[in-house]
Amino acid sequence: MTSSPARLTRSDVEHVAKLARLALSDAEITEFTEQLAVILEHAALVSALDTSDIPPTSHPLPLVNVLRADVVKPSVGRDELLTSAPDAESGRFRVPRILGEAP
Amino acid sequence: MSVITSASGTEWEIVSGLEVHCELATATKIFCSCANQFGEEPNTNVCPVCLGLPGSLPVLNEKAVEYALRVGEAFHFTVPAQSVFHRKNYFYPDMPKNFQTTQYDEPICEHGWLEVDGVRLGITRAHLEEDTGKSMHMGGAGGRIHGASHSLIDYNRAGVPLLEIVSEPDIRSSEQAAAYVDELRSTLKAIGVSDVKMEEGSLRVDANVSVRRIGDTGFGTRCEIKNLNSLKSLRDAMDHEAARQIEILEDGGEIRQETRLWNENEGHTASMRSKEEAYDYRYFPEPDLVPVQPTDELRAHVRATMPELPAARRTRLMAELSISEQDARTLLSTDGLADFAEAAVVLGAPPRDAALWTTQDVSAHLNVLGGGATVEGLDPGLLVETLQLVSDGLVSRNQGKEVFAAALAGEGRPAQIVADRGLAQVSDSGALGAVVDEVFAANSAAVQEWRDGDDKVRKKKRGFLMGEAMKALKGQGNPQLLNQLIDERLAD
Ligand SMILES: [Zn+2]
Repeated sequence: MTSSPARLTRSDVEHVAKLARLALSDAEITEFTEQLAVILEHAALVSALDTSDIPPTSHPLPLVNVLRADVVKPSVGRDELLTSAPDAESGRFRVPRILGEAP
Repeated sequence: MSVITSASGTEWEIVSGLEVHCELATATKIFCSCANQFGEEPNTNVCPVCLGLPGSLPVLNEKAVEYALRVGEAFHFTVPAQSVFHRKNYFYPDMPKNFQTTQYDEPICEHGWLEVDGVRLGITRAHLEEDTGKSMHMGGAGGRIHGASHSLIDYNRAGVPLLEIVSEPDIRSSEQAAAYVDELRSTLKAIGVSDVKMEEGSLRVDANVSVRRIGDTGFGTRCEIKNLNSLKSLRDAMDHEAARQIEILEDGGEIRQETRLWNENEGHTASMRSKEEAYDYRYFPEPDLVPVQPTDELRAHVRATMPELPAARRTRLMAELSISEQDARTLLSTDGLADFAEAAVVLGAPPRDAALWTTQDVSAHLNVLGGGATVEGLDPGLLVETLQLVSDGLVSRNQGKEVFAAALAGEGRPAQIVADRGLAQVSDSGALGAVVDEVFAANSAAVQEWRDGDDKVRKKKRGFLMGEAMKALKGQGNPQLLNQLIDERLAD
């Protein structure tokens, strides 16, 4: 049996919100810290079980090797795709100024 | 070779591991049926899946799996029973989904190695992932992101299958790094999984570089260098980065772990971002893709269809053609060149001559034709026939080169070219003897000086007589026979 993980803190929520580019108010951080902690504690109940004989689950579906033949199919027309884009220029998707470097 | 001696006389060495991204040469993208093609009009090979539109579902390309397994076989990887895909989350418009589908803790290949110049270099892993789109930054200076007003994105490349091959930190010099990439590249090409063009970006290399004093066994703080578009920029960037780090350490400073960009034009690396700003990618399992469990059938098929790898072929060519490693490398550096030489040998050409004439004369022919010229369609029989004319003494070796070049250029069969150009070498000893007699009669003074002279004078006079005889024969005398006849006359 493993001990339950440390309780989620405000700074955890602030960090995750920053990574997800979410601007949260102080009230929201308080609210989400409580809500997320409850969810995590619920999930942590599983760690109280003896799972030594249970193989790790990589996927909820009992499927493997869902594969596709390497055969080209026509793509969607560019004009149609660019029409549904917020903005386009010279056959390309136009996006606002990028702040920061590529990952 | 791998020792760097600093200005203060201290000896250092590089410690490096490389990350190589290889675009797989499948017909379609990794998770959708859009064409995987370089150089198309922007956004013509895109669909809801590779644009990550809501509700679209990725389906893995079976060829990408097969190609990854071919790489697994070529580099002695362990292929785990199962591999899975994860989402790597980041915000940058080159991925329209705001995440890249990649493999994280369960890659398709683990623990491989590659031997380079007798040294076994470890390869940690190889994993499948999707490539990103290409951005153009508008309104700034020189297309740079800094100062741009907006950017334009082409998603043709988004979703192209990539295999990221990560080496162990086993590399100890920039030359070794370049040799590793070169061997990796030629092997990837030989097994047919990629066209490995660094200049088109289908093979991309990032280098992790740190330095340590010779004798130390620990690892120093490393920097990752990006934007290496050729083996030369890889070598230059690593050497430059090592020198930069050595200077900082010898001045008592510390290396900051960071990503640095190689600036090819200015010949230095510059900081791109530091470790503190490094991304937390929040990897989590991709719910839309199920695990991959390579079947025994597929693995057996891959094993059965593996070609001879470049390293093995190089060793064999050196032995069978009696050539140096450098010549074997040259034969293998251009598509079809080694095949041409081997075909000529099968048709009866002497192995070593076949190899050397191919490396020199077929290569020269391709160079004359310029970019895009290939060995394909060239007839190895032309080399066999030319070498026969030379060994029969009908033409000299130099004339043979001329005949072979003309034959490769499409002028006809070698024997016909010899006749058309009046190149036939005079090998009739009666005719040659008559010429030698005439030369001796016309140059009796030189002959006498030879008889009276010391070794130095003799060498000079003999050369003169040979030159006169060759001139009289318009360069077409068989040189061996002529030499022999002159020696005989002088000995009289
Ligand atoms: Zn697509």
